[in-house]
Amino acid sequence: MTDKTLEKLQTLAEAAKYDVSCASSGHTRKNNGAGLGSAQGWGICHSFAEDGRCISLLKIMLTNHCIYDCAYCINRRSNDVRRATFSVSELVDLTIEFYRRNYIEGLFLSSGVVRNPDYTMERMVRVAKDLREVHRYNGYIHLKSIPGASRELVTQAGLYADRLSVNLEIPSEENLKLLAPEKSYRSVFQPMSYIQQGALESAEERRKHRAAPRFAPAGQSTQLIVGATPDTDNRILHLSSELYNRPTMKRVYYSGYIPVNTYDSRLPALATPPLVRENRLYQADWLLRFYAFKVDEIVSDKHPNLDLEIDPKLSYALRHPEIFPIDVNCADYEMILRVPGIGVKSAKLIIAARRYGRLTSSQLSKIGVVMKRARYFITCRELPVFTIQEAKPDMLRKLFLSPATQRSLKMAGQLSLF
Amino acid sequence: MYIYRYDSTFQGLLTLVFDAYSRKAFPDHIMRESDVSLFDGDIRTVVTDNVRAQRVWNGLRKKISPSACRMLYVVWLSELHDVEMLVFRYIRKAFAGERSPELNFGDADVLETSKIYRKVAREAERMRMFVRFQKTADGIFFAPIEPLYNVLPLVVDFFTDRFADQLWVVYDIKRNYGLYYDLHKTTEIVFTQLDFDFSTGRLHDAQAAEDEKRFQNLWKSYFKSIAIKERANPRLHRQLLPKRFWRFLPEKQ
Ligand code: SF4
Repeated sequence: MTDKTLEKLQTLAEAAKYDVSCASSGHTRKNNGAGLGSAQGWGICHSFAEDGRCISLLKIMLTNHCIYDCAYCINRRSNDVRRATFSVSELVDLTIEFYRRNYIEGLFLSSGVVRNPDYTMERMVRVAKDLREVHRYNGYIHLKSIPGASRELVTQAGLYADRLSVNLEIPSEENLKLLAPEKSYRSVFQPMSYIQQGALESAEERRKHRAAPRFAPAGQSTQLIVGATPDTDNRILHLSSELYNRPTMKRVYYSGYIPVNTYDSRLPALATPPLVRENRLYQADWLLRFYAFKVDEIVSDKHPNLDLEIDPKLSYALRHPEIFPIDVNCADYEMILRVPGIGVKSAKLIIAARRYGRLTSSQLSKIGVVMKRARYFITCRELPVFTIQEAKPDMLRKLFLSPATQRSLKMAGQLSLF
Repeated sequence: MYIYRYDSTFQGLLTLVFDAYSRKAFPDHIMRESDVSLFDGDIRTVVTDNVRAQRVWNGLRKKISPSACRMLYVVWLSELHDVEMLVFRYIRKAFAGERSPELNFGDADVLETSKIYRKVAREAERMRMFVRFQKTADGIFFAPIEPLYNVLPLVVDFFTDRFADQLWVVYDIKRNYGLYYDLHKTTEIVFTQLDFDFSTGRLHDAQAAEDEKRFQNLWKSYFKSIAIKERANPRLHRQLLPKRFWRFLPEKQ
């Protein structure tokens, strides 16, 4: 560690910050004996940045030098920005010292491409390897695989990392070609399938001998940039749902495009990043993963984009008044989940609590149901007063868009879903 | 009216339950050791008896799930006013009914218990999040904390597992006791003299390891660099990172 470290850290954190897939999550890595660190279920946020985002991992680039020129990226070679490169040992020490002070859950390492994909990937793998083997570090490691890296290196990376990711970035191949001519869907999907194969092979091995090494036990993730291209939410969410069908794909992240390279005319001029749209996509993604929605129920050719003013679940309910009101005292779990104002937690509590007797509306709100919303879509012990059948979807839509609601929608920010 | 006093340990509270059942005299009020009496009547002081406490606990485990048992302990750790009575009423409901009351959220006590549980669990989670170790000149990683509830017992395992190859102390400066890990096991410690700057939560320069300041500065500048200015959201920031933690966080100094 040298006096230059501070400056490098600033440069390379700045360079990495637009990558949002920072959640460390999903599995447990026990500290086996006397090493350092553990990874526990859902990763812990150790701080919150001034933009309100969770800081869980040391999210950093190994270098922001890059031979490529992707239009949407601040580190593209044609940009005149401050450049820096960490040495492997420098970054390893930094990770260990931050971890020991409980600043972080682990490391999220990405890199610009120097010389060629394999040269770059090899250095990233060395960081992970040193952490695990020299420092006996059991904390979380997420490596962002370099598009075009060889199978051997991706396989090695999987042995040290908890999670690997390859970012798709642009939701359609033709637009990727336009904005990042040096990349192709193939260069992204190839490492994705290396990761998948590595994980499946390791699972197979471990069925035979329990001591066989694990491969990226927290699976893989990817990221899509939203609003840099004309791709619709329909396109984006269908892509996500296809990706989720792949055995190891754990998360798709959406990143509202921040116009970092305003001079490039291939990109739209946005006054502000499309944060509301990004939030709606996360909500829709949530519906896919936890609310048993099918993607066609959320977006379609007829409704190619999510409603920005109301959340996708409410939007679905207003498009389908015929299925409401739902009787919470006898409806199936899946139906209860469809009620606006009822989340996964409260749906489960309803199922549990109704065995003790029929639920009243005051009990429902104690359980955590947002009655202001839900009341139009349910019946409980009391007689239904005024549901979507009487109120009609259009009127409800206006009601939910009252100034107070609008304000709270804005405030909801990116973390609170429903 | 029955008033009980116990020694402010969980075993003591369980012994109290045993006592109340065997006397068939259920408390109207339960006092902690340190509480000043506001009542003139007789106060029954319970002497903690681990065997009796264990019997109550075993009985409870036959009636309610392990997670509900743990919940009662966690709720008791809140040290909230009259929380003992709440725990007591819950236990009575558990012993009285055929079915465990734990999911009966129509019941006010059950609901209150689960609410307090969530608050205490959240505070424990915040310790896992916001504890910041400072390395001392003797190579011990030291973290002062000031939690709303008595959550140290809930985070022992987490810190012991995670920081297994370093010496560390997590110290509750409000309740004046802490945890010390000596590379083999974690024990409770009480400092008779705690010499550090309470107002800033910082070690004095002379106590800190030579490179401590440097890593705090590195972390601080990382924290600054990682925020996206175009997305600044001070309200959300304050909501997620409550002010009461700031003095312990190098990034907020
Ligand atoms: S390869 Fe990565 S770092 Fe390089 S310009 Fe493209 S997106 Fe940026």
